[in-house]
Amino acid sequence: MDALSRYEPIVDDFEAFLSACERPLPPVVRVNTIKTTIERARRGLEAAGIELDPVEWHPGLFRLPEDQPGANWPYTHGWIHGQEEVSAVPATVLDPQPGERVWDATAAPGSKTTQLAALMDDRGLLVATDNNMGRLSALRSNTERLGVTNVAVTNEDARNHSLKPFGGEDYDRALVDVPCSCEGTIRKNPDTLEEWSLGHVEGIAGVQKGILSRAIQATREDGTVVYSTCTFAPEENEGVLDHVLDTENCRLVEFELPLEYQDGVIEWQDETFDSQVERAKRIYPHHNDTGGFFVAKLEVTG
Amino acid sequence: MSENVSHRFDRLPATEAERDVEGRPTREAVLTFWAERFGIDPETFAAYTFWERGNGKIWAFTGDLETPVDIEALGMSFMRTRQEHWKPTTEAVQRFGPRADRNVIHLDREAAERFLAGEDQQLEWDGDWGYLVVTHDIAGGPEPIGVGLYVHGELRSQIPKGRRRDFSGE
Ligand SMILES: C[S@@+](CC[C@H](N)C(=O)[O-])C[C@H]1O[C@@H](n2cnc3c(N)ncnc32)[C@H](O)[C@@H]1O
Repeated sequence: MDALSRYEPIVDDFEAFLSACERPLPPVVRVNTIKTTIERARRGLEAAGIELDPVEWHPGLFRLPEDQPGANWPYTHGWIHGQEEVSAVPATVLDPQPGERVWDATAAPGSKTTQLAALMDDRGLLVATDNNMGRLSALRSNTERLGVTNVAVTNEDARNHSLKPFGGEDYDRALVDVPCSCEGTIRKNPDTLEEWSLGHVEGIAGVQKGILSRAIQATREDGTVVYSTCTFAPEENEGVLDHVLDTENCRLVEFELPLEYQDGVIEWQDETFDSQVERAKRIYPHHNDTGGFFVAKLEVTG
Repeated sequence: MSENVSHRFDRLPATEAERDVEGRPTREAVLTFWAERFGIDPETFAAYTFWERGNGKIWAFTGDLETPVDIEALGMSFMRTRQEHWKPTTEAVQRFGPRADRNVIHLDREAAERFLAGEDQQLEWDGDWGYLVVTHDIAGGPEPIGVGLYVHGELRSQIPKGRRRDFSGE
């Protein structure tokens, strides 16, 4: 947990934060509305003898206090998908509409891709990109099981994403759920922080800046880009936003979130970021008893 | 005639007259297959385009792109047309099978479990032989599980290895 001690100055209740980081998380499933209704999925799970608790802020999520998501009939039918509660946030913030052109820039294994497809009612164009072929095959098996038909999958570095196969036209929206140091997943993977180093954080921040920049460039004027990580490190969060506010045509916008959170931080160690980064949201594990997350909403201005 | 190129997606020609690759099925033939075999209205697929990648592997995509498309995946893998008898995929049957009204075999829970585990089983069926949509009841209604091949008094499970599950011990 040593890597976390540097966050003491920015976390509201640091003791509560640390003790939440040590508690395991219950499995959560999201209902796949492409193939069924929330009500029918609930009945199917109950009939399989699976205990489930509702999630207040999102009617399509259920916590399974006693079970794993994969070994039951509703899973077999592609009615449910195992997905950490807080990882369902960015797709709802992006709020893609049926018929739009949407890019999921770092998409594997596809939890958010399949959620975006459902929000789009499986209509329009959803391009899902990842540079890791092994992880893309996991994405493929998720899109197939969940019955997604509006997805086009590309295997490339998102920083060099080509619009050519898709007619060259810009996207209406993009989700940038970047690779990160994953500090916020510590409740699921207690070993996450063993490999932690500042060098790694700074290295990955470079990749994040490249991917977010490409997403802003590939999105039309007035289009929306959502940036998210499952980490606390400001270098990978506000630091990345500060960079694109400087180099790309975009601004950060306010948004509602039916969860407890803290605003983005403007001051970190000896750095001061663009004050717009305050509009980003930091979700800490003790806030809503979830994993940790960071999410920001950007509007493309040119 | 051109050749089939195995790594990219080529849109199916609308009709025979537009076909330029030997042996490639037409959109018209695909729609006819689903209508005749399973009673699924061609209107169901009005918004879909169909694509071939690899010999006889057909994909269904909502929307359209300029053909050919050289990417990893496009929509959902939908059916195989290489053999004499065309075969829907598990995914296609789960997604579109609820609209089928013929060549649908309904199993009780025990038979459904055996089917999902990949077992072949002796069953009574007075309909056609060949590929069937296999359903069972869940949460108040029937729901397709996948594709079965009915021959010689036996229903052979076509559930792919990676999607088989054994619930019988529960
Ligand atoms: C946090 S995970 C994405 C999780 C995914 N959005 C989901 O909800 O299932 C980050 C992904 O980015 C991919 N990645 C890393 N560097 C990349 C790059 N330069 N271009 C494209 N994808 C990249 C990784 O392979 C990994 O799958």
